[in-house]
Amino acid sequence: MSTALFSEPQTPLEESARMSLVQEFLKFLPDESVLHVDEDLLPYESDGLSVYRQKPPVVVLPETIEQVQTILRICSARQIPVVARGAGTGLSGGALPLVNGIVLGMAKFNKIVHIDEQARTAVVQPGVRNLAISEAASDFNLYYAPDPSSQIACTIGGNVAENSGGVHCLKYGLTVHNVLQVKAITIQGDLITLGGTCLDSPGYDLLGVLHGSEGMLAVTVEITVKLLPKPSSTKLLMAAFDSVEQAGDAVAAIIGSGIIPAGLEMMDKPAIIAAEAFAQCGYPTDAEALFLCELDGTAEEVADQISKVETLIRNNGVTRLHVAGDETERLLLWKGRKSAFPAVGRLSPDYYCIDGTIPRRHLSTVLQRMNEWSEQYGLRIANVFHAGDGNLHPLILFDGNVEGELERTEELGGKILELCVEVGGTITGEHGVGMEKINQMCVQFGSDEITQFHALKNAFDPDALLNPGKAIPTLNRCAEFGALHVHHGELPHPDIERF
Amino acid sequence: MTSAEQNQDIGEQLQQQVAEAYSRGQPLNICGGSSKSFLGVGSNAHPIHTTEHRGIVSYEPTELVITARSGTLLSTLNRVLADQNQMLPFEPPAYSANATLGGTMACALSGPARPYAGAARDYALGCRIINGQAQSLRFGGEVMKNVAGYDVTRLMTGAMGTLGLILDFSLKVLPLPEYQLTLACPSSVEDALHKMQALGGKSQPVTAAAWIDGTLYTRLAGARSAVIASAATLDGDPLTDDPAISAQFWTDLREHQHKFFQQSAPLWRISVPPLTPPLEIKGDCLYDWAGMQRWLFSTDDAATIRSTAQSAGGHAQLFRADDQLKALVGVFHPPGDHLMNLHRNIKQEFDPAGLFNPSRLYADL
Ligand SMILES: Cc1cc2nc3c(=O)[nH]c(=O)nc-3n(C[C@H](O)[C@H](O)[C@H](O)COP(=O)(O)OP(=O)(O)OC[C@H]3O[C@@H](n4cnc5c(N)ncnc54)[C@H](O)[C@@H]3O)c2cc1C
Repeated sequence: MSTALFSEPQTPLEESARMSLVQEFLKFLPDESVLHVDEDLLPYESDGLSVYRQKPPVVVLPETIEQVQTILRICSARQIPVVARGAGTGLSGGALPLVNGIVLGMAKFNKIVHIDEQARTAVVQPGVRNLAISEAASDFNLYYAPDPSSQIACTIGGNVAENSGGVHCLKYGLTVHNVLQVKAITIQGDLITLGGTCLDSPGYDLLGVLHGSEGMLAVTVEITVKLLPKPSSTKLLMAAFDSVEQAGDAVAAIIGSGIIPAGLEMMDKPAIIAAEAFAQCGYPTDAEALFLCELDGTAEEVADQISKVETLIRNNGVTRLHVAGDETERLLLWKGRKSAFPAVGRLSPDYYCIDGTIPRRHLSTVLQRMNEWSEQYGLRIANVFHAGDGNLHPLILFDGNVEGELERTEELGGKILELCVEVGGTITGEHGVGMEKINQMCVQFGSDEITQFHALKNAFDPDALLNPGKAIPTLNRCAEFGALHVHHGELPHPDIERF
Repeated sequence: MTSAEQNQDIGEQLQQQVAEAYSRGQPLNICGGSSKSFLGVGSNAHPIHTTEHRGIVSYEPTELVITARSGTLLSTLNRVLADQNQMLPFEPPAYSANATLGGTMACALSGPARPYAGAARDYALGCRIINGQAQSLRFGGEVMKNVAGYDVTRLMTGAMGTLGLILDFSLKVLPLPEYQLTLACPSSVEDALHKMQALGGKSQPVTAAAWIDGTLYTRLAGARSAVIASAATLDGDPLTDDPAISAQFWTDLREHQHKFFQQSAPLWRISVPPLTPPLEIKGDCLYDWAGMQRWLFSTDDAATIRSTAQSAGGHAQLFRADDQLKALVGVFHPPGDHLMNLHRNIKQEFDPAGLFNPSRLYADL
């Protein structure tokens, strides 16, 4: 699979063109900001999805807006593709380099420009780490709400490009709900400002469109985020169940009752065992399913809601119910969940993280089907979910050194995503399509939608130079994958050659 | 109305009408309930009606998601949600009993809850549209987290129908608050602006704040215990003991039924950053959204109003005025050259023949 990532042939940049590009960059960038020898390029070969690797011909590390503009103008003039990169924690190959393009590393844009305590906003550069914003805002009793599990490492620029979520997005929203304004550079080198510090801006919602666009529309150079007051009270409740189904029913009962928890995270038995072994956080390892339900707000509100939630959970077959006694215990219980990935990573030489979303009512059907496939493929699966919003993260355990096991894992992953679409969900809740799920895009969308996506990109980037080949498949590729979503029983584009 | 009439899908007929218009190059004026036909610059393009395309397609209260056809009445949607103790959190104004879901999302107006609960675009999950080449397309979906493909749903939200005809829309919904109370407190406008902004920075169940003619009004909503505890710590007295009367006050404000709106000068909607002091523009001004949305009746000239708003970091929209003035000065604040180019490119990619709502948003779209 990783050998044939792109269906269109990728012609590597000629050595002479590569060196002339390097010379041109060195005219306005210091030596250490233009990487072009193998050992310097190595760290940029992959993002968090390390099964896909490609050495980039050149990496540039600008630190001013003008430098980014010049780089993009040069690439535009020479028709060189550009892959923007934050911290490289992406899990779908979004920042995977191209053989014929440069990597535009935004790591040097790492300053928090300004925190406005009264307006409750922070202006930050895109290379600032997600957690650093909340740390800086903490002095003012404020925080930045979206908290991906990778928050110590991932950048806010990457978060905008992926529209990242976190365990608290059920109540506080995704990145798109918490960003007010973005300054970005188009491939033509123009600085544009999308959104603003008012509560709306005139014209089309281009700020919304930029979110989740995976570096394919513009390069983000400054972001203004909304900060929230820290809630005056927060309580975390842990509930264990004899079946995932019961846990799912309890989740539906809580939300149906009119309570929106700040976070509602669920794990199945393999994930519970792995997390407990890793973090020793007090999870009951005999449980089939467990969820963490966090409630926050004023003290009165939280007290009120916690008693309601306890009643609802008791009515839904809970086997163990526990409210964290203090802040230390609350954080410890979260640590188990937040370290689920590395914890599972210790159980197996490799694991592969899937990211589908389903309407929550189909949870038990989907889990059952996954269990059957897990046996059929001989691959173990541990499940963590953002249960409040139906975002599943099945972690498939495999050993990359066993011949064919990666391929089988990818096939199983693909089937799980297709199942998510079948039950009315989506192939990616928060990790993005990138390179990884490009075939499944053909399952989720028909050829007319895919064509419209390309048209929208064309409005921003007519020569298709920003992260080309990612996120939106070509119709040829879908035909090759054999999965174009068929509308009204008619095969779309019968004129396209099939393979 | 029979249930068949309340629930019918005429998507294919609408697609057919767009296809015919496309083949003839005939511009179309997309009409829902016409409750917001005053918004934007009107045109005499051929009408295409969505009101017959109506009904709830699916609603799962425990998943907080509803999908309905564009011609569904906003009042029907609100009623169906209220039956399950849920609501559209952005409190869209209807402005008339005929308001439909399609127009609500195309205009993307949000009510008093906006600074606290978010805007129309924050609840937009998915949509089905007909583009300018008469293709029926589906974007987004019925789940809250979905990053497959570009976010065309948000692009449609607030596009004033210029990019496509909305067939149906999926929205995130939220529970109705258990209890609400409005506090009224006499206050100068400067004082109110500071108080409103500061209040949002505390962990308090505030869901609306407005200053009208010497009084600061604050709505608290949520768990009853929390509302009562919070009210005890804040300035001001309850407007009424009756939650229904409290709710009516905010409904009147949202629907422009409050007596402030009984004026005849052109009405401007001015959007400014938090803590923007009163602007130097003549006229009568009401401050909603904690001071960030201002309703201004003013006869000052449009250029002055727009440049004053813009120098404060905001923008001004000519909300209600006669057709002549709207045509002369435009309705929506221009977005700047680079962004205007992007608007033109996007319009071209969705509606290459320029069929939908010509000039309604900007003169050259
Ligand atoms: C252990 C682990 C846990 C994770 N948990 C979560 C989670 O809970 N929720 C979640 O949503 N994700 C999660 N992720 C995925 C990942 O962290 C996010 O997608 C994150 O937003 C990526 O940020 P990054 O800075 O690493 O971006 P990168 O991986 O460097 O890039 C991601 C994409 O953004 C583009 N990009 C980066 N910077 C810019 C810019 N300035 N302008 C334009 N485009 C840009 C790139 O081209 C690429 O397409 C997790 C990853 C790991 C490894």
